[in-house]
Amino acid sequence: MELPYTDPTWNPIFGRLSLGALPLHEGIVVGTFVVVALAGAALLGAITYYRLWGILWRDWFTSVDHKKIGVMYIVLAVVMLIRGFSDAIMMRAQQALSVGPGNEGYLPPDHFNQIFSAHGVIMIFFVAMPMVVGLMNIVVPLQIGARDVAFPYLNNASFWLTAAGVVITMISLFVGNYSRAGWLAMPPLSGFKQSPDVGVDYFIWGLQIAGVGTLMSGINFIVTIVKMRAPGMTMMRMPIFVWTSLCTNVLIVAAFPVLTAVLALLSLDRVLGMHFFTNDLGGDPMMYVNLIWIWGHPEVYILILPAFGVFSEVVATFAGKRLFGYASMVYATVVITILSYLVWLHHFFTMGAGANVNSFFAITTMIISIPTGAKIFNWLFTMYRGRIRYELPMLWTVAFMLTFVIGGMTGVMLAVPPADFVFHNSLFLVAHFHNVIIGGVLFGMFAGINYWWPKAMGFKLDRTWGLRSFWFWLIGFYVAFMPLYVLGLMGVTRRLQHIEDPSLRIWFEIAAFGALLILCGIVCMLVQFYVSFRDRERLRDVTGDPWGGRTLEWSTSSPPPPYNFAFTPVVHEVDAWHDMKRRGYVRPVEGFRPIHMPKSTATGVMIGVLATAFGFAMVWQIWWLAIVSGLALFVTVIGHSFNYDRSFHVPVDSIVGIENARTRELAAGGSSA
Amino acid sequence: MTATDMGQDPDIFYVADEHDHPEGASTMLGFWIYIMSDTLIFAMLFASFAVLGRNYAGGPRPEDVFELGLLALNTAMLLFSSITYGFAMLAMQEDRQTPTLGWLAVTALFGMAFVGIELHEFSGMIAEGAGPERSAFLSSFFTLVGTHGLHVTIGILWMITLMAQVARKGLIAANRRRLMCLSMFWHFLDVIWIGVFTVVYLLGMVGWT
Repeated sequence: MELPYTDPTWNPIFGRLSLGALPLHEGIVVGTFVVVALAGAALLGAITYYRLWGILWRDWFTSVDHKKIGVMYIVLAVVMLIRGFSDAIMMRAQQALSVGPGNEGYLPPDHFNQIFSAHGVIMIFFVAMPMVVGLMNIVVPLQIGARDVAFPYLNNASFWLTAAGVVITMISLFVGNYSRAGWLAMPPLSGFKQSPDVGVDYFIWGLQIAGVGTLMSGINFIVTIVKMRAPGMTMMRMPIFVWTSLCTNVLIVAAFPVLTAVLALLSLDRVLGMHFFTNDLGGDPMMYVNLIWIWGHPEVYILILPAFGVFSEVVATFAGKRLFGYASMVYATVVITILSYLVWLHHFFTMGAGANVNSFFAITTMIISIPTGAKIFNWLFTMYRGRIRYELPMLWTVAFMLTFVIGGMTGVMLAVPPADFVFHNSLFLVAHFHNVIIGGVLFGMFAGINYWWPKAMGFKLDRTWGLRSFWFWLIGFYVAFMPLYVLGLMGVTRRLQHIEDPSLRIWFEIAAFGALLILCGIVCMLVQFYVSFRDRERLRDVTGDPWGGRTLEWSTSSPPPPYNFAFTPVVHEVDAWHDMKRRGYVRPVEGFRPIHMPKSTATGVMIGVLATAFGFAMVWQIWWLAIVSGLALFVTVIGHSFNYDRSFHVPVDSIVGIENARTRELAAGGSSA
Repeated sequence: MTATDMGQDPDIFYVADEHDHPEGASTMLGFWIYIMSDTLIFAMLFASFAVLGRNYAGGPRPEDVFELGLLALNTAMLLFSSITYGFAMLAMQEDRQTPTLGWLAVTALFGMAFVGIELHEFSGMIAEGAGPERSAFLSSFFTLVGTHGLHVTIGILWMITLMAQVARKGLIAANRRRLMCLSMFWHFLDVIWIGVFTVVYLLGMVGWT
């Protein structure tokens, strides 16, 4: 069969790739490349100079330890946050500079379109998702009293597939171009006729490969939570973060296959000239819109549910009380999980499905605010008459409650179809989803990072820089996004490279100033990480329980030993560790037994490298490379299955060594816990 | 003492004499969940076919391109392969390695026959000008049926891999678990095929429009 859409410049060796694909004529891109190349060379040089390659390879890249994989996810997310935010501040600057006749700003439309597409994709898939998955990796096995996840090797491979998706997306910055079709690449704009270059293909393959990784980690965590809880931990004794993680992973497993399928269909349209979403020969672009939102709406709950879990843990700990309404919190989470599948059409009320269909989806959408409201009240009642300590995680939580309620209310406004016909595609919508994603997901992840950092790293985060970051972020968020609500109500549509009406300039300038404040927030956060690392001796957590925590992760040392718990804990109530402390639990110091643990493997790294090569080959239609790397991928996986020797026993001697060191630390710290 | 008992004894806070958990205890649950996720991919392809399967765009219609005789033959191949995989599992339960390998080989041959007939059908259609780029009906047909065929192909490669592993290591616990997973995968493909057979071919031929 002849490929109908083969590019005339295609050749068998390089596919569509040629020197012309390098964006040498775009000054901004070249400048970025120089900076990235210098920084990258400096980083690689430093790693070589300090001889860190061996440590990185042995202790991190090939590790199957869930805590280390979690940390790698979060590092990835923070790096991509900087990339995604660079896009954001470029857009804000462009819009502030291009208001009024004659003002064109500094970004040509073609470049601007790539930036808003990349910004959305990167922030959702490569910032929010890795942060959520990373936090689950670090916390879930510890909270359920397990020693690892159900499939440790798969967990490592999932991370490297996510990293492969990141690499493919980042390559688009310097080789070829990215999609101009928005973060969901709606056809017919994303079809071959309207977007014949490689942009949409970068979008497809970056997400396709990362999506497989996410799906595998979803399966992994469901099985981990269902099968590996400590004795005595019934479902209704699981910490709320574990519950929200379980629901999120159920959502992942039930939603990501839809993404895989719909991206594959778009790819078939583009490469083999099929007619799923085309305007001609029977295709139906609205099919794509439906399918992508059947994945897309659950996706926003995939992101927000773990954040809800973080807030539940943080509020209970820093109010010094057990969580108010545990059971209602669980039911609310489960109801949100189910309802999130029944609302997708509210993303396109304007499709014209008719009043009955729109009413159904409007009502289901509004119903979601009920369990969510119940959660807010549960957190408030937990705080009520508690002895609240305003540590950093608690500050993020309070900021979340105030901010998220505003976002929730504008969400209910958007859920009303007649109103949505006006708001649709406007900056009001942009303000709404940033309100819930920044004020909900991101604040939640920041609360979680500040809360569990001492557990993962062994030292607390610096409070002063944390406070600076918090206030810059919070105020910056309001300054940047409240003007967008105003502009949206005045009818300004989203994704505009140029705004004609000069009277709107002030609002865009305020928004750009807000983005600068958020920049200060990000810088302060990076300084906070650096200062905390520098002063790690001062901030050291020797007890393993720096906040007076209530759940099992605080019963072990910080950072936990590779095996997490020398003895598997036995659980009697929801706040298992609080119960143990209250009833005089004495930490066992002898009678250790060898512990069965999984071995490290380099297969995950191999899979990531080969998947990157495969994705790159598919983007540029370098078929020989696609075949070679695809076969190599297959052979690697099969080869790994011939290795039956995947675990070992941690010898008693080494456990005794680790546990005695902890006993001495606890004694020196003057604590008996 | 079982886990539940310890949860009820309020003074026990940890398991003092713990034994290794058997490896692979969670594999089956994980594989079931994977199968569910794969079912969703097929659900999307069925949904696409349900929406687009009547958009002939002036091109060939089901009655122009489907041959029910060929269809009966390759359906028979796939159903027989499920039975023979069942025989392989029975032999595995009785710990008889050679019959297990034999039945797996027969299953793989049936699977190859199925894929071969399908490829023959596809190439015939493309030669007649009824390729996937002709209309939305044919796009969704080729994608749904082709994705199933791709799964069968991967299943065959997996089966050959497992045969090599059983021949090397025997019917050890890890290999039994793997054979069990492939068994679930293989029967799952059968179930999907029954859906394809009904929704695509039979309803297509009786003119469900």
